[in-house]
Amino acid sequence: MKVHEYQAKEIMRRYGIATPHGRVAETPDEVYEIASELRGHAVVKAQVHVGGRGKAGGISVVKTAEEARDAASRILGMDIKGLTVRKVLVEQAVEAVKEYYLGVTVDRSRKSIAIIASSEGGVDIEEVAAKTPERIAKVWSTPREGFMPWQARALALAAGFDGSAVTQVGGYFSSLFRLFIQEDAELAEINPLMLTKDGKVVAADAKITLDDNALFRHPGYGGLWEAEGDDPLEQEARRRRLTYVKLNGDIGVIGNGAGLVMATIDAIKAEGGEAANFLDIGGGARAEVVQNALELILMDKGVKAILINVFGGITRCDEVAQGLLKAIESVNLDLPVVVRLVGTREKEGRALLRDTPVVTADTMVDAAGRIVAIAGGGM
Amino acid sequence: MGIFVDKRTRIVVQGITGREGKFHALRMRDYNPDTVVAGVTPGRGGQDVEGIPVFDTVAEAVEQRGANTSCIFVPSRAARDAVVESFASGIELAVCITEGIPTLDVIDMLDRAKNEGSRCRVIGPNCPGIITCGEASCGIMPGQIFQPGPVGVISRSGTLTYEVVGLLSSRGIGQSTCIGIGGDPIIGTTFVDCLAAFEEDDATSAVVLIGEIGGRDEEEAAAFIRSMAKPVVAFVSGRTAPPGKRMGHAGAIVSGSMGTAESKVKAFMEVGVPVADTVNEVVDIISGLL
Repeated sequence: MKVHEYQAKEIMRRYGIATPHGRVAETPDEVYEIASELRGHAVVKAQVHVGGRGKAGGISVVKTAEEARDAASRILGMDIKGLTVRKVLVEQAVEAVKEYYLGVTVDRSRKSIAIIASSEGGVDIEEVAAKTPERIAKVWSTPREGFMPWQARALALAAGFDGSAVTQVGGYFSSLFRLFIQEDAELAEINPLMLTKDGKVVAADAKITLDDNALFRHPGYGGLWEAEGDDPLEQEARRRRLTYVKLNGDIGVIGNGAGLVMATIDAIKAEGGEAANFLDIGGGARAEVVQNALELILMDKGVKAILINVFGGITRCDEVAQGLLKAIESVNLDLPVVVRLVGTREKEGRALLRDTPVVTADTMVDAAGRIVAIAGGGM
Repeated sequence: MGIFVDKRTRIVVQGITGREGKFHALRMRDYNPDTVVAGVTPGRGGQDVEGIPVFDTVAEAVEQRGANTSCIFVPSRAARDAVVESFASGIELAVCITEGIPTLDVIDMLDRAKNEGSRCRVIGPNCPGIITCGEASCGIMPGQIFQPGPVGVISRSGTLTYEVVGLLSSRGIGQSTCIGIGGDPIIGTTFVDCLAAFEEDDATSAVVLIGEIGGRDEEEAAAFIRSMAKPVVAFVSGRTAPPGKRMGHAGAIVSGSMGTAESKVKAFMEVGVPVADTVNEVVDIISGLL
């Protein structure tokens, strides 16, 4: 779960990390008010879940409250990479002597937590890694090992931070690691961390992604989630507790197991078709789940045909067939359907589908070929 | 023979009184009655599940029934505790089926497995388990589709593995051991661990590796295969997946330039590993290698 910059900063402040004064706003008048409190010199920042806001014109530095209001009228409602801006963060403009990068993230290969510092702040860290790798320092830790301020200071020095910033940064870094563990984050990043003229450090931009699987430990996080930007069908899928990704084609796909569904989508593409979605009904999928999945697919008006590919491990083919038949009855299904059922209780499953309009296929490749022919042929 | 499990495997099923735990404990026992020796559900000690004795702790299952392997079906919020309990009690192999465990719990349980005085191997989490054909099944794989033979299979996916195994068996090509290593970003046993074990296994003469988008495990596997004598055939799913989207598995995501199917296919091609375009082609290529 991605949270907005203003939410990330709220979380960081709880861990003693300083951020510029300011608040979030939804109207130009509110922005005017906040900017007046900040005596004019402020930054107005679009709150959307994508990078590159600055380049897209979603960030504006202003000198007066009037300018802030004008900037807000322009930014609110703006479209950035397909997302509509509904909120802006209005903050005191900070003048930086230096900009740094601090990040904590999961390192898949090392099965641990990577802690990354760079003396090149304010730019994309992947870019820094490619161009000036000597300006990045990295260490790894685990929840058991922890991360002490002295380790953070050593890391900051290795990344080429100014001596005057090292002590403060050490504390910040240790706090950021603590936040990462206690809040169950997947990413906690300050970029840039600004060193000001009077020797203070401030998190000018902040990014936090929380682990969806750990939400049970954080009942308060429900309120942080803002559905903006998700496809309406993906939002509906979430309500239905289905694992679904909207794609661009016209063939609806339902399968069990992420790898199998991905391979099915690849097979459709190889046959010259395009899948409309990824939908994994998972292990142990029962009749109701299949019905639920079909209902969702049918909400996608671009779908011309549906391919169901089930290999029974936990999933029983007769239950899948029952769900299919129920769904056909209940939702008035009039689209062509190709079904491929193999595995546990395969014969029973296929027997249930005999004498129905459903086309059955023996293999995944066979099923992909049939569905592409049907969708393309407009049968 | 085969790797990680065999006829000496003695399984304790953690979470045996739950719906899935019970269903699969009985199927594992059907596969080889000698291998399933106990179940654990705290508070249910003294009961039994169709003749399989249930204990309150893993330690009792180890002491009284000689369990050396655990198969974990507990809910995600209890999984870290269950894995740590298993190796703290002397279990040598923990197979964690549970899906949806918080990433930090996974990092922590694997870190402890490695550092707290035990040498326990963890397979998974979020995996279908492991089967050594004709000897032992530990997990949720449908035993009837497998047949003993010379091909080792490693996969990040469950059902896609069954797909390939079904095709192999239908063409008369049997398998030594099949392992689903799991679809999470962080997993205990990687492709490289399995490849190293297959290379040493007398029962295995070729390996099928089924990868998918996300992470760098396939790239690391490709680098390892360079030093292997046995042939490997690869398949990568998610070639048409859009970047930035999690394709069902928590680990199946292209982030930035990382984890693309192209990068994985290229890594395999560079070390001379054939990459099949379809699951049928996997079987065509492997049959030519045997």
